[in-house]
Amino acid sequence: MRTRLSTLFDALLPVLATLAALAVGAVMLLIMGVNPIEAYAAMWDGAFGSGNAFAETLVKATPLLLVALGICISFRGDVINIGGEGQMIIGAVLATWIGLTLTNWPGWLVITLSLLTGFVGGAIWGGIPGLLKAYFNVNEILSTVMMNAIAVQLMNFLLRGPMIDPSQAERASKIPQTARLIEEFHLARLVPTRLHAGALIAVALAVLVYILLWRTTWGYRIRAVGQNPHASRYAGIKVSRYMVLALLLSGAFAGLAGAVQVFGVNYRMITDGSASGFTGGAGFNGIVAALFGQLHPIWSIPASILFGALLVGANKMQRMTQVPSALVTVLNGLVVIFVVSSEIWRRRRQRRRMAVAGPEETPPPPVEKKPQQAEAGA
Amino acid sequence: MKKIYWLVSLIVVLSMVLSACGGQATQAPEKKFRVAVVMPSAINDLAFSQSMYDALVRIQKEMGGPDKFEFVYSENMFVVDDAAAAIRDYATQGYDLVIAHGSQYGSSLQEIAPDFPKTSFAWGTTADTFGQPNIFAYEAASQEGGYVNGVLAATLSTSDVIGVVGPIETGDAKLYVDGFKAGVLATKPNATVNVNYIGSFSDTALAAEAANTHIAAGADVLTGTAQMVVGAIGKAQEANALWFGTQSNQSSLAPKIVVASQVYHWEVALREIISLIKAGTLGGKSFTANLANGGEVIEFNPDYTLSADAKALADKTIQGIKDGSITITLP
Amino acid sequence: MISDLLSVTVLIGILASGIRLATPYLYAAIGETFGQKSGVLNLGVEGQMLLGSFAAFYVTFKTGNLWLGLLTAMLVGALMGLAMAYVTVNLHAQQGISGIGFYLFGLGMSELLFQSLMGSVETIQGFPKVHIPFLSDIPGIGEIFFSQNALVYGAYLLVPLAWFVLNKTTLGLKIRAVGENPDAADSLGVSVARVRYFTIILGGTLSGIAGASLSIALLNVFQQGMTSGQGFIAVALVYFGAWRPVGVLGGALLFSLVNSLQLWIQVLGIPIPSDIAVMMPYVLTILVLVATVSRVRAPSALSKPFERED
Repeated sequence: MRTRLSTLFDALLPVLATLAALAVGAVMLLIMGVNPIEAYAAMWDGAFGSGNAFAETLVKATPLLLVALGICISFRGDVINIGGEGQMIIGAVLATWIGLTLTNWPGWLVITLSLLTGFVGGAIWGGIPGLLKAYFNVNEILSTVMMNAIAVQLMNFLLRGPMIDPSQAERASKIPQTARLIEEFHLARLVPTRLHAGALIAVALAVLVYILLWRTTWGYRIRAVGQNPHASRYAGIKVSRYMVLALLLSGAFAGLAGAVQVFGVNYRMITDGSASGFTGGAGFNGIVAALFGQLHPIWSIPASILFGALLVGANKMQRMTQVPSALVTVLNGLVVIFVVSSEIWRRRRQRRRMAVAGPEETPPPPVEKKPQQAEAGA
Repeated sequence: MKKIYWLVSLIVVLSMVLSACGGQATQAPEKKFRVAVVMPSAINDLAFSQSMYDALVRIQKEMGGPDKFEFVYSENMFVVDDAAAAIRDYATQGYDLVIAHGSQYGSSLQEIAPDFPKTSFAWGTTADTFGQPNIFAYEAASQEGGYVNGVLAATLSTSDVIGVVGPIETGDAKLYVDGFKAGVLATKPNATVNVNYIGSFSDTALAAEAANTHIAAGADVLTGTAQMVVGAIGKAQEANALWFGTQSNQSSLAPKIVVASQVYHWEVALREIISLIKAGTLGGKSFTANLANGGEVIEFNPDYTLSADAKALADKTIQGIKDGSITITLP
Repeated sequence: MISDLLSVTVLIGILASGIRLATPYLYAAIGETFGQKSGVLNLGVEGQMLLGSFAAFYVTFKTGNLWLGLLTAMLVGALMGLAMAYVTVNLHAQQGISGIGFYLFGLGMSELLFQSLMGSVETIQGFPKVHIPFLSDIPGIGEIFFSQNALVYGAYLLVPLAWFVLNKTTLGLKIRAVGENPDAADSLGVSVARVRYFTIILGGTLSGIAGASLSIALLNVFQQGMTSGQGFIAVALVYFGAWRPVGVLGGALLFSLVNSLQLWIQVLGIPIPSDIAVMMPYVLTILVLVATVSRVRAPSALSKPFERED
């Protein structure tokens, strides 16, 4: 009974931390002359208030979850992938290209092919930092930051040049966007809202990633490398190979997230010159969602929904109360800080439980030391 | 003890929430015109978004204040998907006109508008209404003001090297830059126009360094478009080079060196759109803001003394574009 | 046209631009180096820079005192660092994610304050160029190295200073010990928490200066989100520099010089699509690292919260 309560408390911890952050936000709202209760009522309304609102929350949560799944893999393998933005872009660009090229093919086939292409595109964009890390000792934080910027410029180049919407190419406005995908290639809508089949794909993949990480040799090795690269090497695991694999898979899920955004939500690619204009920051926010879900693919589902709700609801709050949109960003920051700080209570309880019940199998801690090649120590 | 405290505070919060919901009794609104606008950057960006914000403020004044004309906005909606949610939400709330102020929002609008046949939408900058009866489109012939700026720039330049700082090579920015180039070359065919697209709408530091680069390359007149050019204006001022603005009036940033700004007066299109809506037409028309219809105005900086000759040339050019005797050929 | 790139004007232009562009990176990346050396990864640099940038601008705008502005930026950066230190050292929070939180906080807060306190983009008189007597008269070199503003000189002076502190002082020894083997350091009586507090607050302070160098020295203007990802590049440069101040200097200069090179490539009309030109510094930074395969490894305890075994 006690343990079940404890588990419940652990699961609710991010929610409690979010509420605490919102309480701080309430003070800021008061200072700005906005009634916090009204503001938060609008926020709730925007995220969960109606079927449509909840659908919007889920639409927002879908790319977060997909990116988060990749993050679960890479962080478990102790590689820090902050290249989600770029990987989403490359996945989306390639998938869109397929969708715009194979117009005579049947819809189901093109959708499948495009999503796979997105997956592969992201895998390439994530795999490059993986290879660079494994074979050239280039730190993945550096390479993923750089590759995000490269992806943005590549997208801008393609969308204003080779891939530009033919109807825009003729106009003076020259909007940097691709043509629209034909109706047959749109991901199916689940209910009469914007909620699309991508959400189901993401949930199914969450289960698959769970199986991958805990029921397959690959998954075991990725986690082993993440926990202790030295021991893994002595155990005969090719450490660099699994580091590449972790980054590659992580990129692949981000790439799929990008493809799903195009085929499920936007139906074309448009650039405003920045990454977040297209990704909505999901490449970063997905990391946060994964951490909220304690790097567990299944827990990442509610975590992504929580974070998606926050983003969607905060925008609604902005519209209803007309507070500056910057306040929304501040709130997000506070939520992230509070949630990540609240982890200490979970760990403390866990340790106490372990002390009482004796050692049991616990999931690897979210933070591990940076992997390094043994020969690199020289 | 602690539990009781929690319970009490929970009840208090709940009752407050409920009373707040109950308290929102809607008073019967008098017939005022309500507009919602979604913009990609900040309302005070001295560029694209500000041009729309300023226009709405002017319209509000004209129509008799907030009681007659109310507008709400969502700024910094650079995430296309968030903007779509905002547009849909504003439409649901029954605004008379929902403006999607950013060409990247068109695709979302195309999808949302049919769901709200009684709401009017406007989007820019483009001329495409998607053939839908409740979408207005607006765009700016930014090449026209660019041309005038270019003619003046060429006239005022002594080094005959002129620098341009742009964001990415497309859309409104490219149109302005191409018009500007045409204006310079029509005036001084031997002049050099160096163009630098910095690949970003936000990198103020790189925009500033692009201006420095132009100055080092010999430019004594600069121009630039989009919000990050505020960095470049300062560098022009340091080097005592002249500056030409676009989108919003940028004189306040460097009163000594800003010669003129092409300013978008969206209220010209908005006025027409509003009267059409009041008369029952919800869309299907596109508007181009240009010099002839006053949607674009070359605003001279009063603190910069422009020689009479140059002013006369500028006025002549503006007149020529208005009456069609000057045509601008774009690449 | 390509031969134009080799003219004296262009070379001087590239070097002078590069040195200016590198300034904020240097402050921020050296600050981050201290943090990482002691085992703390701070991804919130961008947010600290933005808040510092706004604070410096606002105070200077109101009081006209540049040094007061700079001091405020340092203070704001230090406070952000203090908060980050509490969260990561006392609460053992995951460092990378905490950093993202502080980034978002700084991004939003600087914008919010800008909108409520300023309302519109304004300009100020920033730190003037300081011409170093005689040296600034040397043709070419003088313009590049000896006619910059005080904060630019400061950034380059910081490099040897940081090297000295890290390698030649007891404090530096403690920082490195805490980053390599916190348990051992702890058992030798070094307070891991205190050292990390120090490095994170120092990092925040330097990020604050990095922001100020933009708003009151290089650009003399503040605009929302104007650091535009520079804080993240700064973190990347720490890895490029392999946790050595001189390496960080090399990385910052390489990145900035290639960036000014691409500006010149466009200005000279060399026919490369603008987007591809803009990509160059990012691509080259990676390529240089690949070519020089570094064998330096990260501080062992990097991004690992320290928990004392009771």
